[in-house]
Amino acid sequence: MKRLFPILSVLTAIFLAYAFYQAWWVAPTDAQQGDIYRIIYYHVPSAWTAFLLFFINFIASIQYLASGKPSTRTAAKWIVTVIGVAGVIACFLPPVQRLIPAGMRPSAVATTVLLIPIFYFVIGWLFPGDRLDVLAVTTAEVGVVFCTIVLVTGPIWARPVWGIWWAPGDIRLTSTLVLWLIYVSYLVLRRFSNSAQTQLLAAALAVFGALDVPLVYFSIWFFRTQHPQPVIGGGGSMDPRMLDTLLISWMAFLCFAFLVCWSRFRLELLHREIEEAHAMESLAGAAAGASLPLSRSAR
Amino acid sequence: MNAVKFLIAAYVATWVIHGVYLGSLVRRFGRLRREEREVKASGFRRSASGLQRED
Amino acid sequence: MNSLWAVTMATLVKDIRLEWRSKDALNAMLFFSLLVVVIFMFSFDPLAEESRHIVGGLVWVSFLFASVTALNQTWARELRNQVLDAYRVSPAPANALFLAKALGNFIFVSVLEALMTPLFVIFYNVRVLGPAWQLIPIALLGTWALVVNGTFFAAMSLRTRSREIMLPLLLFPVSIPAVIAMVAGTTSILTGEESAHFYLVLLLTYDVVFTTACLALFGTILHAE
Repeated sequence: MKRLFPILSVLTAIFLAYAFYQAWWVAPTDAQQGDIYRIIYYHVPSAWTAFLLFFINFIASIQYLASGKPSTRTAAKWIVTVIGVAGVIACFLPPVQRLIPAGMRPSAVATTVLLIPIFYFVIGWLFPGDRLDVLAVTTAEVGVVFCTIVLVTGPIWARPVWGIWWAPGDIRLTSTLVLWLIYVSYLVLRRFSNSAQTQLLAAALAVFGALDVPLVYFSIWFFRTQHPQPVIGGGGSMDPRMLDTLLISWMAFLCFAFLVCWSRFRLELLHREIEEAHAMESLAGAAAGASLPLSRSAR
Repeated sequence: MNAVKFLIAAYVATWVIHGVYLGSLVRRFGRLRREEREVKASGFRRSASGLQRED
Repeated sequence: MNSLWAVTMATLVKDIRLEWRSKDALNAMLFFSLLVVVIFMFSFDPLAEESRHIVGGLVWVSFLFASVTALNQTWARELRNQVLDAYRVSPAPANALFLAKALGNFIFVSVLEALMTPLFVIFYNVRVLGPAWQLIPIALLGTWALVVNGTFFAAMSLRTRSREIMLPLLLFPVSIPAVIAMVAGTTSILTGEESAHFYLVLLLTYDVVFTTACLALFGTILHAE
């Protein structure tokens, strides 16, 4: 296991360099924006990675909250399975299909919905018990790092293209900002909480955050229909060569994110081991101090 | 060209942020490894001084 | 259901009675709210053409800050004399305590809003160009949105260092869609430029979703050590 990490690091570095080469030289120049558009190869993969990490955090938090009692655990498993099955079936029913935004295929939405139970069961299997919480804090922290990059590269891209750093009605960037705020507050709660149940409190906050995100999206969406704003990052279809480069870049960043998460995960495990050792030491110290007179009188 | 400056700035900013985070991870690892050694050392000291625990 | 409501009402009445007896906190809060309005009045020129467009935002931001100060102290009383621990071991449902606190906060913050609003109307010469009656549901739903999450996060913050700063830190990000709806809704009614219908629906949805979430998770929070 220990040998694997350096090997994977080298491979990932090579992959990232290849992605950079693709983004900088191989991908064609955009007709409208020129070369500045190449920011997309760092901006969008970082966003997708951040959202994936936050999604994992959400699943892990829900599972952690549900794992308290056997009844809630079973209930959660059933609910998640039903959501997956019902969601997939619903995507192919005409009334639901009318609700799906234009440009998204029903099969794509169905696959996304199916990811919920898949992630739930895989994560529950790979990370039993307390490891769910370690996964939660790991994905939250690394997710915030990637989210920060999205929020930094976004305005850097917007300025030369649109002449403004920020548009409050830009639904994607503003939603990302709120997501970043929610998860920073999550990390602050973890840092400042001195309760034995910090993990439960943080998991509850993650659930609140997840419930909030669609509401944020809709509130900004409506605001934007009333006050038209430029969309930073553009929309519409892409040249297939650009799409290829984008996917290569995303894969490279996913590998990188995986390694960073792995490191953070090991760091957290080590931290908890040492905390336990400290606790055992003070227990042993107290026992040693108290047991001497007791053992004498017992004899 | 002006626009390319922004492109370079974005790429540099990305790796600076990653670098700062990775640096903090390395620093935290170092501190924890030191703490781990201290805990192990004090554990040896305690058993060496002959304090018996009730077994 | 009967006992839930009975316990809620009993706790609520107790809180109101205690609050009324120690009017210091109430008076301090009122004065703070007045100060906020005055500071805004000096910072954002009321005579400007655009003032009608920004008054909605100013009003709700000042309500937000006033309610945070109010929320911070409602749990503080329970911590003294270990009332919270007594509540935890009693058979009373956790949700009753939450509802009582939330309703108490709602009343308290509504009183503050009722006192601050005339000041804004006076300082900013507010005239409502749209359907004025719609301001009432916006005010009610918006205040509940702030208070329900605020009460929940205040309970969460009890077990953290820097308790007072923790509450706004947790509350503000999650409240953003509600704040957008409150401000945009109020502005649309004041200017009469668009319908506030969507914002009312959004606020209602927000309130339903988060009241449910708070009720579902409050038991977990209360029983955290």
